[in-house]
Amino acid sequence: MDLLTALQMVLQPHVLLSILLAELFGVFVGAMPGLTATMATALLVPFTYFMDPVAGIAMIISMSAVAIFAGDIPAVLLRIPGTPASAALTIDAYQLGRKRPVSTLGVDLFCSMLGGLTGSLILIFMAPTLAEFAANFSSVEYFWLTMWGLSMAIVISAEDPLKGVLGVIIGFMMACIGIDPVYGYVRYTFGRLELLSGISFIPAMIGLFAIPELLKQISNPKERYVIKLSMTERVFELVKEVLRKFKSVVLRSALIGTFIGALPGAGADIAAWVSYGVAKRTSKSPNEYGKGSLEGVVAATSANNAALSGAWIPLLVFGIPGDSITAIALGALMAHGLRPGPMLFQRQGTLVIALFIVFILANILMLLIGYLSIRLSSNILKVPRNTLVPIIAVFCVIGAYAVNNSLFDVWIMLTLGVTGYFMERLGIPIPSVVLAIILGPMVEFNFMTTLIKSDMNPAIFISRPIAAGLAVLAIFTWVLPFLRSRRRYVEGDTGKLGT
Amino acid sequence: MLLTSLGISRTASILLVIIIIAVVGGLAYYYTSVTTGPKYPSKPITFIVPWAAGGGTDRTARMLASLLENMTGWKTVVENRVGGGGTVGHLAAATAPPDGHTVGIITFELSTFYWMGLANVTYKDFKPVLLYNKDAAAIIVRADAPWKDAIELTNYIKANPGKLKASGTAKGGVWDIARIGWLKTAGVDPSALPWVPSTGAAPCLQDLIAGGVDVCTCSLPEAGPLIDAGKVKALAVMDDVRNPAFPNVPTLKELGINWSFGTWRGVAVPKGTPDDIVKILHDALKKVIDSPQWKDFMSKNGFGMAYLPPDEFGKFLENDFKVVGELLKAAGYTS
Repeated sequence: MDLLTALQMVLQPHVLLSILLAELFGVFVGAMPGLTATMATALLVPFTYFMDPVAGIAMIISMSAVAIFAGDIPAVLLRIPGTPASAALTIDAYQLGRKRPVSTLGVDLFCSMLGGLTGSLILIFMAPTLAEFAANFSSVEYFWLTMWGLSMAIVISAEDPLKGVLGVIIGFMMACIGIDPVYGYVRYTFGRLELLSGISFIPAMIGLFAIPELLKQISNPKERYVIKLSMTERVFELVKEVLRKFKSVVLRSALIGTFIGALPGAGADIAAWVSYGVAKRTSKSPNEYGKGSLEGVVAATSANNAALSGAWIPLLVFGIPGDSITAIALGALMAHGLRPGPMLFQRQGTLVIALFIVFILANILMLLIGYLSIRLSSNILKVPRNTLVPIIAVFCVIGAYAVNNSLFDVWIMLTLGVTGYFMERLGIPIPSVVLAIILGPMVEFNFMTTLIKSDMNPAIFISRPIAAGLAVLAIFTWVLPFLRSRRRYVEGDTGKLGT
Repeated sequence: MLLTSLGISRTASILLVIIIIAVVGGLAYYYTSVTTGPKYPSKPITFIVPWAAGGGTDRTARMLASLLENMTGWKTVVENRVGGGGTVGHLAAATAPPDGHTVGIITFELSTFYWMGLANVTYKDFKPVLLYNKDAAAIIVRADAPWKDAIELTNYIKANPGKLKASGTAKGGVWDIARIGWLKTAGVDPSALPWVPSTGAAPCLQDLIAGGVDVCTCSLPEAGPLIDAGKVKALAVMDDVRNPAFPNVPTLKELGINWSFGTWRGVAVPKGTPDDIVKILHDALKKVIDSPQWKDFMSKNGFGMAYLPPDEFGKFLENDFKVVGELLKAAGYTS
């Protein structure tokens, strides 16, 4: 009975129309560098105040799902991650896209849908269990989890693990700028107010990924197009191959993604990195990673959409948002008088079921909207290179500016862009730097607050069972690449042959 | 030239042109100042929000702006100037042209910037318009915690200094100052309940239920879902009266600790703004916060409703600045 009523609540013209409009908005937001799903959610919330709860919340759910997929569009076509959640797959997706842009996006879309659906199913059937488990995570567990995430920076660095470590250190140093989150000391700001809250992440990300590629394009002006678009390429032509070869990668990444999404404070971006790293670690062909690995793209894109659904788990069960999007969605729920928590399931059971239906529907409809957006957006590659490169540069500048309405951020983007160019030439993996900028502050914060709790006694780091387990996992992942490269070295290998 | 060809000398013609320009310009200036001078607003009003889109301050500001637009027909724009722990946006609002077209949403943190040595911007750089929100701090512990009320907890902290840890926001943030004031008023050294910085109430509550910290001093609505879920309980609220949505939670004053404290949000304009503009703006915003839509929005979101007119808001800001300074000094935070 409840299910039928819930279906009736969702299958109304105005709800379906809201979902479609929100998905179109999501495409735009995700594909525009500098506009993130989080910002778009914040812009949507005031609209939802004046709608009925199902339509309003449905807009947030569907917009964010599509935006996370659409973030892959500029990543594939232009090497600019549209949202932070696309950063993990940017390099591989762009390399793949140089040969088959349209079908790479097709794989992105399809796996985004599969990831989103998996995450939604877990949300529907296991939310209380997962939320209870996530409730065990204090700063000790987060410290080891972020350390483990950071170890991915070494796993993902293709050539030389040492250069991965170097990238991490550079990222860490950048992350040190600003007010120290624990004691409030001001670090390396040179008196600039703009630096008080640190280097803004999105301008940094745009600069590090997009600008080196632009500089490369300028210094190699022979070809007429950045990527040659083939007229016969079909959107879903690679999907069959993915389903045959990478079924388990999709499933595993979606599970990792949902779980990381369900942990408050860790969202789609970290989920994508971790599943990318895990996929590489367990891959039969790890050497392709960083050079256009379909498997890597599949892993990251399945995970980030799964994390999106996962983030709703602690929100609905305990009122603790799982990521920045659900933190804003909490406001929208409250504005409709829906107070999250166990009472929500009892008092508003039908409405919760209706929202679950929206999750499924939004992910399926994404296939249609995504298809259209791929067809439409790939036309940008028809623009000749000498016109496209300046256009991309303008996108980068606007994107960097749009985040905080700050010209200072444009300079950050440009400075890090040039830095990134030289780092690429030196073989320092940019993904490692970006990952360290994301995780650096979290590692530091969780390390310091944990020590404060124990009155500076380090034994606390292994005093809790989950923490101890994560510690073993993290240390193991840290040490393994070096053991491997050492073995290679001992066997008389130069260490480069393997890659 | 046209005039010289009419037989007027060159010098005279230049003079004539200058006179004409001066007269026309003067008249134009006179008429525009007469017709548009008292008319406010003459262009869209920009609300500067010093915190990120989607947060509590942003949500209230957007509601305020959109209701203002509906009720007066004025055009409004909401601009998030984020960064520097709120300093960037407060500074931007304080240094905007004082013509009432740039309006700052100011928050509790304004009382701390000066003391924490973050930025030289205080309430003195603003002319207050009105206060529209206040949220009192509450004392939250795990549901299975042994203390029956805040007095038992306070005594336990006094008897076992350093054993319990508290959290809720950054060091020197609003919930941290609430803790310092609570303990100081109760005659306990604030260092007996060390502060673990957190990035906000939600991560702190997560840490509380995970067993990482023992006490959270955040607002009651923030802990609402976890109270419902039976994971945490509220021992007291640091307010003058009980929160109507949580009638079972006593105030600290009822328990004999004469301390109330919380965060607030208000509207202010740059210091040099004319008083008549402040009045127009205040009267329009007062209508907004008296409207049923606003009250409905605030109560559903769990934001505490409050109102202070410009002069009282000014006194409130002065007092808040002083109290915060004293407590931060007592805790050894000032730089």
